[in-house]
Amino acid sequence: MSVSTDLQPPSTARTAPAEVVPLRRPGRWISAVVVLVMLAAALRSVVTNEAFQWSVVAEYFTADVVLRGLGLTLWLTALTLVLGFALGTLLAVLRLSGNPVLVSVSWGYVWIFRSVPLLVQLLFWFNIGALYPRLSFGIPFGPDFVSLSSINLIGPTAAVIIGLTLHEAAYAAEIVRGGVLSVEQGQVEAALALGMGRGRILRRIVLPQAMRSIIPAAGNSLIGTLKGTSIVSVLAVQDLLFSVQLIYNRNYLIIPLLLVATIWYVVVTSVLSVGQYYVERYYARGAARALPPTPWQRLKGRLR
Amino acid sequence: MSAATLVRISDLHKSYGTTPVLRGVDLQVRQGEVTCVIGPSGSGKSTLLRCVNHLEKINAGEIEVDGELIGYRRHKGRLHELKDRAITRQRATIGMVFQNFNLFPHLTVLENVVEAPIGVRGLGRAAAVALGEELIARVGLAGREDSYPRQLSGGQQQRIAIARALAMEPKLMLFDEPTSALDPELVGEVLAVIADLAEAGMTMVVVTHEMAFARQVADTVVFLDEGQVVESGPPGELLVNPRHARTREFLARVL
Repeated sequence: MSVSTDLQPPSTARTAPAEVVPLRRPGRWISAVVVLVMLAAALRSVVTNEAFQWSVVAEYFTADVVLRGLGLTLWLTALTLVLGFALGTLLAVLRLSGNPVLVSVSWGYVWIFRSVPLLVQLLFWFNIGALYPRLSFGIPFGPDFVSLSSINLIGPTAAVIIGLTLHEAAYAAEIVRGGVLSVEQGQVEAALALGMGRGRILRRIVLPQAMRSIIPAAGNSLIGTLKGTSIVSVLAVQDLLFSVQLIYNRNYLIIPLLLVATIWYVVVTSVLSVGQYYVERYYARGAARALPPTPWQRLKGRLR
Repeated sequence: MSAATLVRISDLHKSYGTTPVLRGVDLQVRQGEVTCVIGPSGSGKSTLLRCVNHLEKINAGEIEVDGELIGYRRHKGRLHELKDRAITRQRATIGMVFQNFNLFPHLTVLENVVEAPIGVRGLGRAAAVALGEELIARVGLAGREDSYPRQLSGGQQQRIAIARALAMEPKLMLFDEPTSALDPELVGEVLAVIADLAEAGMTMVVVTHEMAFARQVADTVVFLDEGQVVESGPPGELLVNPRHARTREFLARVL
């Protein structure tokens, strides 16, 4: 037996390590060039096509009427978001309450308001006077305290706010419920074991963690609502879209004025997307070991 | 030994649906004593612990902590479940540590510890922070107040979970397999903190698989099997000279 248990001593003369050559990918270059050429062609046609009438776009882009319309669009979006999510959170809490009646009511609300198209709903609210000519507040089957004509009470703007809010709430309820369900049950048990009450647990423990899955869906929903508000132009509410329609009905410059509205929608959506990034980052505290750098921080790091 | 009885469990029954989990458990824990509950998985150890702070509703029997019936009110020979607020008040005096730590991941270490003292006990922020820092130092993690739980190792997280429970200044601490989710080399640091608490006279019920720990720290070891207490006694007797065949079988498997 002459099995040597000695390890070979490492050779003292080490050769230089071989160079590593990454795989060449000519296909990537070719496809990139093809796409860039197509993009350039599209851009050229947009810039040079007279029918876009960019000078008209520039002229009306910051016109008073347009800015006022934009203001109303933003205001409607913000109001719908706040009221919709407030009602939606309430509906989600009812749905998760364990009381069969409340669960059914919440389920029924979401079912009906997700089933009816927003436009149909808005028309209903606008014409509520035909269903209920007078709105009264008082004891059911007893005397009324206040009685108002519903046509005076619910004008086009009120109809729009009610319709958008009720519609948004149905979706918000599902978004919030999904977020709450995504929080581990152990979190609630730990909080219960510390003697915390249900309301406090929801506010301090569950909702902040649920926000991580609520925010992306809510951002989607918010952007949907922003564009969804354009539907109110059918009720002659002067939002962004209706404002440009008013103008092009007078001067027939339809395309450039639609472009004005389009660009504003894109601008606002872009701002909201950036905002969403930072809100998501805020609620990611503790979820990752270190927060990812913001694009701004990344840029500064690269320039240094 | 004339310490008062702090926990008195009598004829406790609990089932999930039609599956009985606890079938008439009797258990007493005296003030300042450490009771280790051992037994095979599925024997009802965790459920027993969760009944003590009413995380589980019971089917029959009584649990008293410090002379107060937990979760129910006796009225004309029947037990009526208490309102949430009353149960919440009872839970605030009983600390619990979970197998999976269950720290709040969105709060820093210090915020985890002071959340309940401020929100439940009504302590002022400054007093709560002072208490929190003291407890964090006590579990050996001074300087980590601003870390988030995910930035800590499992052993460190469990020590913070213990500090969080202690911040409520409980009269009883419940540990539900506090080291079962830890890497073997991290078990020691958590057991050391629990042993320190025992030294300081904290009354504790510890569900554990760590027999060496039970032998060292426990005043009483309880062997639970199929929802019943098979036997209980000082660790020197129960772990060394068990009287029942089922205890002997179990110990032969785990030792």
